[in-house]
Amino acid sequence: MTMTATAQAEAPAGRFPRAENRCRVVSNDPVNAEYRLLLVEAPATGLTAYAGQFFHLLCPTTHTDQPFLRRPMSIYRIDRENRRLGFLYKVTGKGTRALMTLGPGDELNATGPLGVGFDLPAGTQHVAMVARGVGLATLAPLARFAAERGARVTAILSARAPDLLMSRDELEAAGAGVIEVNDLDGTSKPEDVADRLREIHAEVPIDFMATCGSNRLLGLTRGLCAEWGIPGQVAVEAFMGCGLGMCFACVVPVRDAEGKEEMKRVCYDGPVFSVNEVTTW
Amino acid sequence: MVDLSVTVGGVRMKNPVMPASGSIAEGMADVVDLGRLGAIVLKTITPDLRQGVKPPRVVEYTDATLFSIGIPSKGPDYLLNHTVPFFDKFGPPVIASISADTVEDFGKLAGYITDPRIAAIEANISCPNLRAHGRAFGMDPVASAQVITAMKANTTLPIWAKLTPNVGDIAEMARCVEGAGADAVITANAILGMAIDAETMTPRLGNVVGGLTGPAVKPVILRMVNQCAEAVKIPVIGCGGIATGEDVVEYMLAGASAVQIGTTNFVHTSAMEQSIDWVADYCTRKGIARVSDLTGALMLPGDQPSEQRGAVAL
Ligand SMILES: Cc1cc2nc3c(=O)[nH]c(=O)nc-3n(C[C@H](O)[C@H](O)[C@H](O)COP(=O)(O)OP(=O)(O)OC[C@H]3O[C@@H](n4cnc5c(N)ncnc54)[C@H](O)[C@@H]3O)c2cc1C
Ligand SMILES: Cc1cc2nc3c(=O)[nH]c(=O)nc-3n(C[C@H](O)[C@H](O)[C@H](O)COP(=O)(O)O)c2cc1C
Repeated sequence: MTMTATAQAEAPAGRFPRAENRCRVVSNDPVNAEYRLLLVEAPATGLTAYAGQFFHLLCPTTHTDQPFLRRPMSIYRIDRENRRLGFLYKVTGKGTRALMTLGPGDELNATGPLGVGFDLPAGTQHVAMVARGVGLATLAPLARFAAERGARVTAILSARAPDLLMSRDELEAAGAGVIEVNDLDGTSKPEDVADRLREIHAEVPIDFMATCGSNRLLGLTRGLCAEWGIPGQVAVEAFMGCGLGMCFACVVPVRDAEGKEEMKRVCYDGPVFSVNEVTTW
Repeated sequence: MVDLSVTVGGVRMKNPVMPASGSIAEGMADVVDLGRLGAIVLKTITPDLRQGVKPPRVVEYTDATLFSIGIPSKGPDYLLNHTVPFFDKFGPPVIASISADTVEDFGKLAGYITDPRIAAIEANISCPNLRAHGRAFGMDPVASAQVITAMKANTTLPIWAKLTPNVGDIAEMARCVEGAGADAVITANAILGMAIDAETMTPRLGNVVGGLTGPAVKPVILRMVNQCAEAVKIPVIGCGGIATGEDVVEYMLAGASAVQIGTTNFVHTSAMEQSIDWVADYCTRKGIARVSDLTGALMLPGDQPSEQRGAVAL
């Protein structure tokens, strides 16, 4: 695993590779009508995270919400210089509603880093990433990592409406070329996105693809990877219990090279899988 | 220095805290020091390979979960060649757990995995008995006893019978497995439950029913531990709803010789270690020299004979 090795070289782990990191909230502000950015100061173990991994967040208890299990959130920003981690989250239910109440100075207990993240092949020249909604949170650190390693990055961001598109700035700052598409003007149709990517590929060949956040985009990515004979990876989501591969709640059917299907744990065997392994989710 | 060691069903442990079967896997070693545990209990395996049930597999409540996993199993060879070597290196005794569709298969599997690196075998009798139209072995006193007899006939290892709480008289079940030669009972497995989504009018679990676990079940299981401890001479291991060191002490006072922590490990990975520390402090504070002195030390009001604790009047 080239990425894993790299990530470890960048920040040495403590005694244990994963921990219940007791982080301090720096800020927790809305970025648009649906999404928030949670920035925390994290201990050393937390800072060993790499793109595609996630943390399991212990959500606070409020008057109305008492989430019992932790909630998985992809690592969106890894800022080792300032010892900070960032999570981009969508407020959907009791866990994320409770997260919303955290303010500067509060403690956030974040178990991680967890799971197997993206494995960018050495020598990759041009990464194309296609993300839908909050799936972008998962891909942003990959853009930064790929750019740092000298690869060109093209990011296609898809959302229902233009004002729900996020992180153009984050991605551009990471060195990515960003293309935004949405459902309202019809530009997000998979066939159109595929054609855009074919044009880009004709100019500067794409040799790695990554996706997250939508089954349709997974299908599109798998198709283009097969068409061009390049590797592609997808970050998968599933309802989780423990986040450490212990309870077997978050399994998805995964197909091996011989076509044999096996239930694999998103939290421990993933969340990142090859686009050819994952059937649907 | 408090003596935290206990000997339970033929196994000596340096403290009474262990994980419940199915609540830890290799990933736990990335976060906590498994060497500190009293014992390391492995997830149940079956003789055959199983993928488990259809997702969704978990529903959450305020302080409980309803899981239906279906015992995904890689079989006995994987256990002996991969799982046991992985956990053996940490030091604490390793306890295997088995399940099967028939009494004979329970016996054969116990024999097959008998190995010097395994200190005891749990009989997970909460699973369906194929010869009894899928009714759990553990709901039937005769079938439960037969399972233990078959296992004892095939192995020299101690057998811990893990009872199901889904019975009317759990003390009777404890007596039956004791009679069949069990070296300890574990009280108990998960409480059978169900969850429905009103909006979609469908079950929330792929398997429709699942096991209720976590802190909410504590009063029910604590009562059962007490009933079992009064019914049998073999040690009782408390399991169900334990989250803290204080819970550990309460279960021991009720009659448990050791405890297992399950669902709590999924949320607080440090819970087992913290519980061990808490119990040590408690004993120091109370002037208790040996943690084993806590077992059954519950002080009952003099006017409450034990017969009256089998019923409730509200
Ligand atoms: C590996 C991974 C990474 C993720 N990264 C992000 C991220 O960066 N940003 C973000 O906004 N969301 C992310 N999610 C989804 C996020 O975990 C859920 O939106 C969140 O758990 C919802 O919790 P809730 O209590 O607010 O919602 P509720 O709907 O009340 O949750 C009820 C239950 O369903 C589970 N659940 C609900 N939706 C999802 C989902 N989509 N995936 C998994 N479990 C779900 C919850 O964990 C909880 O157990 C990620 C999920 C996974 C598995
Ligand atoms: C996800 C999950 C998996 C479990 N797997 C097993 C198992 O394989 N074998 C077994 O005997 N019990 C299994 N159990 C039951 C636990 O060992 C324990 O008896 C139960 O969870 C009650 O304890 P708790 O309230 O501390 O969780 C499982 C429980 C959960 C929640």
